[in-house]
Amino acid sequence: MVDASWYMGLAAALFMIGALGILLRRNALVMFMCIELMLNAVNLTLISAGRVLNDLNGQVAVFFILVVAAAEVVVGLAIIVAIFRRRATASVDELSELKG
Amino acid sequence: MTAVVEALLFVLMALGALAGAVTVVVARNTVYSAMGLLATLFSVAVLYVVQLAHLVAAVQVIVYAGAVMTLFLFVIMLIGVDKSESIDERLPRQRLWVGALAGLVIILAGLLTVSGEFVWVPAEETPFIVEATNGRIQRIAEPLFTEWVLAFEATALLLTIAAAGAIALAHFRRVRS
Repeated sequence: MVDASWYMGLAAALFMIGALGILLRRNALVMFMCIELMLNAVNLTLISAGRVLNDLNGQVAVFFILVVAAAEVVVGLAIIVAIFRRRATASVDELSELKG
Repeated sequence: MTAVVEALLFVLMALGALAGAVTVVVARNTVYSAMGLLATLFSVAVLYVVQLAHLVAAVQVIVYAGAVMTLFLFVIMLIGVDKSESIDERLPRQRLWVGALAGLVIILAGLLTVSGEFVWVPAEETPFIVEATNGRIQRIAEPLFTEWVLAFEATALLLTIAAAGAIALAHFRRVRS
């Protein structure tokens, strides 16, 4: 059995790459994919911890995260499409309508 | 033997997941980013199977790699693949701050690992339920439909609301002029 720390390390690396993507990219779609990346890193953490801690609630938590992430993707992509229809851009820098 | 197989699978899938994740961030073309994310999702699904979370792995492949990525690709094709993304810094010293924060997090995580005070304490002693049940669905259904039944119903409501909201957002109203 591979030590759980390795899975934790992999999850941390994935989360960090996702966070860097959010901070460095401007394309709304790519930023969205980076959010999915971070969610997956957390899921991997929960599964590994659930196995090591001998607790099935980790898998239940991942199940809920998957459902909520699916709902989030549906609404988020609809918002991106709606913005694109109005502004013809997917770059988040262009969207400063609410700026005071 | 199984330990060797698990170690081999972990190394291969970890490399696949990291390569996919890096592709998501650095690829100029959005379709390549989506493909990178797909690689990461599949690699993580294999790691779930290795850890005996069979149901979660199946849901990951069906819902994430299947439905969500299809939706992503549809939207990418709908919006069009624009490669002219400006990467100049709009916020002052943005990269510097990102680098400093990332370094800080790495140092903190390293300190936590080296300190040796972080140990796993199993919630229940033998037998190992995850191993013993081999990730059978019945064992996951038990807490899902007893302890977490309210959250389960709430997610059903959430999915309905999300579907209705997405239709309302994406519905094209012709502007009268």
